[in-house]
Amino acid sequence: MGLGTRRALWAYTFLLVPLLFFLTIRLAPAFSALYISLHEWNIISPSKPFVGLQNFRLLAHDPSFGRAAVNTLRYVLVGIPAQIALGLVLALALQRINRFRGLFRALYFMPFVTPIVAAAWVWQWMYSQNFGPLNGLLAELRLPLQPFLRSPAQSLYAVTAMTVWQFLGFQVVIFLAGLEAIPRVYYEAAAVDGASGWRLFRHMTVPLLNPTLVFSAVYGTIVYLQLFTQVLNMTFGDQGGPLASTLTMVLYVYQLGFQRFKMGEAAAATAVLFAVILIITLLQMRVLSKPVEY
Amino acid sequence: MRDPKTAFVYLALGAGAVVVAFPFYWMLASALKPLTEIYDLRLIPAHPTLANFTEVLTRTRFPRWFGNSLIVAAITTASVAFFDSLVGYVLAKLQFPGRGVIFVMILATLMIPTEMLVIPWYVMSSAYGWINTYWGIMFPGLLSAFGVFLIRQFMSGVPDELLDAGRMDGVTEFGLYWRIALPQIRPALAALCIFTFLGNWNAFLWPTIVIQTANMRTLPVGIALFSGEAGSAWNLIMASSALAVLPVLGVFAVLQRQIIEGITLTGLRS
Repeated sequence: MGLGTRRALWAYTFLLVPLLFFLTIRLAPAFSALYISLHEWNIISPSKPFVGLQNFRLLAHDPSFGRAAVNTLRYVLVGIPAQIALGLVLALALQRINRFRGLFRALYFMPFVTPIVAAAWVWQWMYSQNFGPLNGLLAELRLPLQPFLRSPAQSLYAVTAMTVWQFLGFQVVIFLAGLEAIPRVYYEAAAVDGASGWRLFRHMTVPLLNPTLVFSAVYGTIVYLQLFTQVLNMTFGDQGGPLASTLTMVLYVYQLGFQRFKMGEAAAATAVLFAVILIITLLQMRVLSKPVEY
Repeated sequence: MRDPKTAFVYLALGAGAVVVAFPFYWMLASALKPLTEIYDLRLIPAHPTLANFTEVLTRTRFPRWFGNSLIVAAITTASVAFFDSLVGYVLAKLQFPGRGVIFVMILATLMIPTEMLVIPWYVMSSAYGWINTYWGIMFPGLLSAFGVFLIRQFMSGVPDELLDAGRMDGVTEFGLYWRIALPQIRPALAALCIFTFLGNWNAFLWPTIVIQTANMRTLPVGIALFSGEAGSAWNLIMASSALAVLPVLGVFAVLQRQIIEGITLTGLRS
């Protein structure tokens, strides 16, 4: 047996367990989800008849699914711009200072490592209509008290604020890395040309930061499309918030599949979500593979 | 600091930090308040007490949940660290037919969102009797495609000469990975371990599906259900949250630099 063959055999030996894992725990279940989505699949009932695209049709006619899809889109459209704008401002501010930079960075980063369930309950308490510190502050300022999580109009934004709080420090670190990668000489050259302030930011920093911005938008969107834990725990007694105003796709899947045991329909909903994430990922690959233009 | 612009930047950053840190403060302040005080908005508890903590620790199975989370997160992290680094090494450093296909297949699994898998995982767990077991909680996370991708990147940087020299000295193929390659990528491996541990410590979606009895709950599942049942005993809810948050923040305080720099090092993913 040649040396190359021997090494190849070792490679396959080392890969045996991992490959088995990826095939049986990741790849096969993904196909299995598609298979389930084409069946009427109730975990309790022994008969699981093939129903074709019936589950997708049921979803299309379920107002809750529409609600969840629209809400999820709103989380993305409100949360991602807020997170990117705040993250960029904070990163630029941190870049300007010399002292306490590490301390500030650590403080802003804390929510990202905090267990989401615990954080969600703390925020629920902060938003409390009669006893929360946020309304306490409004009362001090003689402003009208707000219902926050109890209001169909405000609850989604209240959850988004908590989510932005959670990811802000992560976003700041990403931007700091992106800013750090911009060569100093560019700034020196710009200074010689007399560019400064807003013009420097608009015409140099932003274009050079473009890959980081695209990454942040795409990665953030994929995270926000999968919001679940925050939403479930912030309106725990009333899952999905008043009038389903905070309901997300994943929470909808959870309720459908694991509380109402309609696994076929739930699997169909995850297939839709998968398709959306796949399209976004492929679009990102196309955008990021283009060279940056100055 | 004489520059007024810089002073303003410091001021803004300070104000932002107060806003970001306030939920932590409010959690702690509420956890220290007796029930009679919990509904007034005093920032500093008038009669601070540790009774809420003792009540959570004795009345609930909090210590058990903490232990469950520790077991699940530790075993998962050890498994990911070992298998991901082994696969990363093999894909980066050994030549064999099918290498490209295997790598692409593992990468492709990165695109599958967890919520798509939980339904088949549940069906599978029911069939094999994995519901409500440690194995059932852990099995989906025992390897990570992202970790493989990450370690492979770093393993590519390990010089081949080093491995060849090892081969000359009669080091076994496993020894080449374990004793020569692995020590070279320690920072990346440490970052992977930290994020895997945190991810599993905080995991909620799958555990809440697969766990059925109070004894098997992990910390996030335990806290969610305890808080849901505690009604308006916010002093207890905040005490249980604080008990979950403080150890994590303690670890963060120690490993702060590695954690934050790990994000940049690992190409940006938790």
